[in-house]
Amino acid sequence: MMTTDKNTPGEIEELLPWHAAGTLSRRDAQRVEEALAHDPELARRYALVREELAETILLNETLGAPSGRAMDKLFAKIDAEPARKPAASLNFGTRIAAFIATLRPRTLALAGAAAAIAILLQAGFIAGLVINEHRTGGYETASAPTTNPGVGAFTVIRFAPQASFDDISKFLAANKLQIAAGPMAGGLYKVRVADTALPKDELARIVKKLQQDKLIGFIATTD
Amino acid sequence: MQMTSDEALIARIAGGDRLAMQLLFARHHVRVYRFVLRLVRNEATAEDLISEVFLDVWRQAGKFEGRSAVSTWMLSIARFKALSALRRKPEEELDEATAERIEDHADDPEVALAKKDKATVLRECLSRLSAEHREIVDLVYYHEKSVEEVAGIVGIPEATVKTRMFYARKKLSELLKTQGIDRGWP
Repeated sequence: MMTTDKNTPGEIEELLPWHAAGTLSRRDAQRVEEALAHDPELARRYALVREELAETILLNETLGAPSGRAMDKLFAKIDAEPARKPAASLNFGTRIAAFIATLRPRTLALAGAAAAIAILLQAGFIAGLVINEHRTGGYETASAPTTNPGVGAFTVIRFAPQASFDDISKFLAANKLQIAAGPMAGGLYKVRVADTALPKDELARIVKKLQQDKLIGFIATTD
Repeated sequence: MQMTSDEALIARIAGGDRLAMQLLFARHHVRVYRFVLRLVRNEATAEDLISEVFLDVWRQAGKFEGRSAVSTWMLSIARFKALSALRRKPEEELDEATAERIEDHADDPEVALAKKDKATVLRECLSRLSAEHREIVDLVYYHEKSVEEVAGIVGIPEATVKTRMFYARKKLSELLKTQGIDRGWP
C-alpha cells in the first residue's frame, strides 16, 4: 500500500522525522518500518529526512557554547538567593562520589564540550572534598573561605583534566594536602601543604616533588 | 554503569545542593544555549538567557513533578524566556558574527551551488526557516524530543506538531529549490 502523497502528509509519512531521530514508540517504529519496506517512494523521502537530521545536528553543533560568564552569572544570582535548608541527610561526599562514579563518558560527550565539562566536574569533585573537610551543617562551596585561609604554606595547583575524584582524594591524603580555596581562574586551586609557613627552599622542594605526579597539570608556590 | 538521573539532581537542587546545580548545568547548558540561540539569534542575549533559565530551575526545582523529562522542562522554560526576550526586543537584533554564520544567500542559485556542496546549502536553508519552523526542526532532530514532548514545550496539540513539522520540511524543500537543489519532494 502506498502511504505517500505529494502535498498531504500521510499518517506514516508524518512520523518519519521522529523515526529518524529514534523517538517513536516501539509500536509506531514498527509501523513505519513496515511501510518503508513496502513503499519505495516513502523510503526515498525517508532518506531526505535523514539528510535533514544530519545537517540539523551539524548546524547546531557549530553554534559553539556559552562562555564561562554564563555560569559565573548564574551562581552569583544563586548566591544572592535566600539560603535554602538542605533536604538530604546522606553524607554529602559519599553521595557525590557515588554520583560521579556513575557518569558515562558518552553521555558527557553529547554536550559537545567535553573539556569544559571535565573542568566543571572536577570542580565538583573538589568542591566535595572541601565540603567534606569543612562541614558545619550547611553547604559550603569550593570558593567559600576555609576555616583558616591565610595560615600555613601554600601552592596553587591545576589538576590534570583526566584526574578523577578518587585520584585527587588519594593524592591529597597521601601528601597530607588540603584544598584551601578554588576553583579560581584557569581551574586553579589553592592547596595548603603545611599548617605553618615554610622556608622558601623547603616549599620549592615540596613543589618539585608534587610536580612529578601525573595528576598535576600545573603547580607553583604562592603566599 | 547507570548515570544519575536528571530527576535525582533536581531533587537535590530542591534541597539547596549547589553541586547538583553545577552538574545539571554542565550536563545541559550547551544544548539549552543552542536552542535559545537559534530562537533569539544573538549570542550575548542567549548567554544571558541561559543563566535566567537555570536560575528558574534552581528556584522551581521543588515544584518539579516529573511529568516530563527534566530536559523537556528546561527547554520549556528556555523557550518562554527566549520569546519574552524577543517581545522585549521586537526588532530582532542579530549580532554580526551569528548573522554571518547562519545567513548567506546573496548569490544566485547557480553561483551558490558552484561554491557550496549540497550539505552546506541545506544547513543555510535550515537557518532561513521561520522561527516557528526552526524551533520544531531543532526540537525533533537535535533535541530528540518526541511528538508528545514537543507538544508540551511549544504548547500545541500533538496533531499540530506533526503537521507543523511536515510543513517546515516542505518549506525547507522549497528553499532548497530556490538554491538550485530539487529534492523531488514535495
